[in-house]
Amino acid sequence: MQLKEIIKAIDGRLIYGEEHLDKEIEIICGADLMSDVLACHIKPRTLLVTSLVNAQVMRTADIVDLEAILFVRGKEPAEIVIEMAKDLEIPLIKTEHTMFKSCGILYQLGLNGCN
Amino acid sequence: MRLDFTIISDDFFAAGAASARIKKSLQQVGIPTSLVRRISVAVYEAEMNIVIHAYSGKISLELAREKVRIVVEDEGPGIEDIQLAMQEGYSTASEEARRQGFGAGMGLPNINRAADKFEIESTVDVGTKLVMEFNL
Repeated sequence: MQLKEIIKAIDGRLIYGEEHLDKEIEIICGADLMSDVLACHIKPRTLLVTSLVNAQVMRTADIVDLEAILFVRGKEPAEIVIEMAKDLEIPLIKTEHTMFKSCGILYQLGLNGCN
Repeated sequence: MRLDFTIISDDFFAAGAASARIKKSLQQVGIPTSLVRRISVAVYEAEMNIVIHAYSGKISLELAREKVRIVVEDEGPGIEDIQLAMQEGYSTASEEARRQGFGAGMGLPNINRAADKFEIESTVDVGTKLVMEFNL
């Protein structure tokens, strides 16, 4: 499923990554603990759903090659974190929905979780 | 190839920068993606451990013909009970570390899982030394 379709489904907004809207997302990882993300076998085309908005999210995204990041509950990262995303070319999106509702919508769309 | 980094405690913004550099260097010399991932995850957790727990630390990476050897050494409070620290979920990290998405007691277990060989020694009030090896 393309990133732009995900944005539509979760009533989301793009923070960075106009040029990445066609990226394919196949797997969803929902976590606020970056150690949990690091412990997962993250596969290509994974979207991280998180309410954490600091630099460590971008570091983690870089280390495990996340495809995109969705921030829930209306949270928005600081400009310096957005700059890191641009450097890494990892698109960022946000939604007002909670973690539970966001993951529920994505699950209903038929997307798989990481393990 | 040899890479050396100095890690500063409590700098949560810079934390992870050394691991990102190591990842890039390993990619550049053509190490397979899945191995680069395992090494990067282990080094990142070790780097976060220094930032969270120690006063200062060093990460050295040596790329040899058959393996990648990484030594992470810190000056810090040390670990009283290594067996306990190796248990998933056991943590003595600060609130700040938790706000950063770490400190959930997964660091050392994640390193142990990622590495082909992992050794840890620690002296209370002196520091901790990790040696990890990854077969090429």
